[in-house]
Amino acid sequence: MQVIKDKKIIENTWQFIADDQVLPATGDISVSLTRWQQEKQQLVQRDSLLGVRLDPSEEVADLAEDLPKLALLELNFGLYTDGRGFSQARQLRHQYGYQGEVRAVGAFMLDQVYYLVRVGVNGFELENPQHLTWALESMEDFSYSYQPSTM
Amino acid sequence: MYQYNEIDQTLIEERVTQFRRQTERFLKGEIAPDHYRTLRLMNGLYIQTHAPMLRVAVPYGLLSSKQLRKLAHIARTYDKGYCHFTTRQNVQFNWPELAQTPDILAELATVQMHAIQTSGNCMRNTTTDHLAGICKDEIIDPRPFCEIIRQWTSFHPEFAYLPRKFKIAVTAAAQDRAATQLHDIGLHLVKNAADEIGFKVFVGGGLGRTPIIGQVIRPFLEQKHLLSYLEAILRIYNLYGRRDNKYKARIKILVKEEGLEKFTQLVEAEWLRIRDELELTAERIQEIQQHFVPPAYQAAAASDLSFNTHLTEDAAFAKWVKYNTLEHKIPGYRAVFISLKAPEVPPGDVTDSQLDAIADLADQYSFGEIRSTHRQNLILGDVQQADVYVLWQKLTALNLATPNIGTVTDIICCPGLDFCELANAGSIGVTKEINTALDDMDYIHDLGDIKINFSGCMNGCAHQSVGNIGILGVDKKGTEWYQITLGGSSENNAAIGERLGPAVDRNQIKDAILDILKVYIKQRLSEDESFLATVSRIGLEPFKEQVYASH
Repeated sequence: MQVIKDKKIIENTWQFIADDQVLPATGDISVSLTRWQQEKQQLVQRDSLLGVRLDPSEEVADLAEDLPKLALLELNFGLYTDGRGFSQARQLRHQYGYQGEVRAVGAFMLDQVYYLVRVGVNGFELENPQHLTWALESMEDFSYSYQPSTM
Repeated sequence: MYQYNEIDQTLIEERVTQFRRQTERFLKGEIAPDHYRTLRLMNGLYIQTHAPMLRVAVPYGLLSSKQLRKLAHIARTYDKGYCHFTTRQNVQFNWPELAQTPDILAELATVQMHAIQTSGNCMRNTTTDHLAGICKDEIIDPRPFCEIIRQWTSFHPEFAYLPRKFKIAVTAAAQDRAATQLHDIGLHLVKNAADEIGFKVFVGGGLGRTPIIGQVIRPFLEQKHLLSYLEAILRIYNLYGRRDNKYKARIKILVKEEGLEKFTQLVEAEWLRIRDELELTAERIQEIQQHFVPPAYQAAAASDLSFNTHLTEDAAFAKWVKYNTLEHKIPGYRAVFISLKAPEVPPGDVTDSQLDAIADLADQYSFGEIRSTHRQNLILGDVQQADVYVLWQKLTALNLATPNIGTVTDIICCPGLDFCELANAGSIGVTKEINTALDDMDYIHDLGDIKINFSGCMNGCAHQSVGNIGILGVDKKGTEWYQITLGGSSENNAAIGERLGPAVDRNQIKDAILDILKVYIKQRLSEDESFLATVSRIGLEPFKEQVYASH
C-alpha cells in the first residue's frame, strides 16, 4: 500500500498490529496506546522501529516520556468531524518537540490534509490511490497563512 | 476601514478556487455528500427548505459602499432581488443556485468579501459594537482588535473541526451593545489600575437551547497576550469539549461541567506554555490601527444651525431624529440608523435597489461606510448634522426611515418556517401581524424601549432568550405554538428571560403580545420606567393573569 510522507508518495513500511493480534517476528509495527503501555518492555527489545496509534480521546501527555523511543505516531481519526487530532498533532510537534513521523490514519477527509500538514502531520494513509495525488495537490491550496505553523 | 493587502486577497481568491474544485467534485459524485456538507458549511452554504442559503461575512459589521453595491449586484443577478441582514451583522442570500455559489464567492472576492467560516463547527465572524469608533462611551476603538482576531481565526488549521460553532464578540464601550456576555468568548476592553488598556475576558456565554451568561475567566489581559489567550481557550475546548451530544457541545457546557475554576486552570497552564511565542507586538497593533484612523471630520460641522431649525419646524423629522439617530463623539455629527424594520417588510430584509441607494447615500454623506447592527438594521455612522434633514427625506422615499429603532416594532426575527428547514414555526408572518396591530406610531413611541426577539425554533437564531419579550416557535404535533419569555437582556445587565407560562397557539400569539404591552402601560410608574424595569419590579404574575385570563 502507498502512503504519503513528507509530500511524497512512498510504499508503506509500517504495520498496525491490533490488540488481539500476535506480533510479527520482523518489520516496523505500531500498536495501540494500551498495548504500548502494557508491553513496552518487550516491544523495545524488538529489532524494528516502533509506533503508537492514538485515538482522539487519548492524551498525548501519556506518551511524553516514551516519544524518543517512537519513530511513528499515528493519529486515528474516528470521525472526520472530530478535530481533536489537530490539537494532538500540534501538541506532539510544539509542546513535546516530537521529530518522528506523525501520520493521519482513519476517517479524515481529503480536504483536511492542508490543515493537517500545517499542524504538523507529515504522513497520510489514504485508501483510494487517486486521493494520494489529490491530497498532494491540495497541500498547495494556499500560499500564505495568518497563524504561525508548526511545519 | 481595513483594506486587504496582497496576502489577504490571495488567500480569499485561493479559497474560491478550492471551493470551486470541491463543488465540482461533489457534483461529479467524487466527494461524499456528508463530506461536501462540511466543506460547504465552512463556506457559508446551507441547504434550506427551498434552496441553498449563502451567509456572507461582514467582519465586525463594517461595509464599504463598493461592497454594498456588490451585494446589490449579487441579489439582482443570483437571487430574487433582496438579501437579509442577520443578528451577527452578516448578510444572507436565500435563493442562490448551488452550482453558482463559487461564482458568487468569486464576485465577493473582488470587493474583499467572503463567506469563509460563516457556518460549521469552527470559529465564526467576530462581532462588535455597531457604534465602535464613533460613540462617546468607549475607551478605545475595538475594531483593530477585531481585525487581528479576524485574521487569526481565518483558516486556523487547528480549530476548524471544533465540537461546535465558536463565536467571539468585542466591545470597548461602557454600554455593551455587542451582547458580549452571550458569546463563547466576550472581550471587554478595560483599563487597569495603571491606566493601561487590556481585555477583561468572559468565557462560556451562549444562547440556543441552554442560554448561559458568560463568566469572567481573566479580569485583565495585556493586549500583547490576546492571541495566545484565545489560542489556549480554543485548544482546551477542542480537546475536551463534549462531542457526544451536539446540544452539549458548546464551550458553555464544558465550563459548566468542569467548573470555572478547573477550566481556568487548564487554560492558564496552556497559556503560560505558549504566550511568549504568540505575542502580539505593539508595532503589529499599531499597523492595524492605521487602518481605522478617523475620517476627515469637518471642524465647521458643529456651527450648522439648520439642524435645530428643522427639529423645531418639522415634528415628523424630530421624531425620527429622536429614535433613529444618535449623538456622535464629534460635535456636529450624528450616527443615522437605517431601519430595516418597515412594517410590511420581513425584519432585516433589503432590496437590491435599496442597497444601491444606501451605497450612494453613504458616499454622499458618510465617508462611503455602512455598518450593520446585531438588531438587523444599518447605520451611516458619520453624518454631518447639516445633512441629516435631507438624508431623512431620501431615506423616507426609500422606505428606510420608519422611526422605530429600539422600539417594540424593531423586532429581531429569524427567517422561520418560511425559509429555514430547522424552524418549528413561522416568525415572519406573526411579526407582520404584530406590526399591523401596532400601526399607531404614537403608541409605539409611548411604549418606549422594548426589545422583542423572535426565533422560529430552539436554535434561537434571533436570541429570543435575551429579548425583553422573547418569542420562541415550538412544534406541537405538527401545529405552530409560541412560548413567551419576559425580562431578558443582552446588555450590561445581561439576563435570560423567564418563561411566562404554557405556549400559546398561532391564533393567540399576537393578542398575547398586545396584552403584555397593555399590562406594562397600566403598571409602569411613569413613562420613564422602561418595560424591563417594570417587569423586574412587578414580576411575571400580572402579565400571566392578563395573557392567560383572556385566552
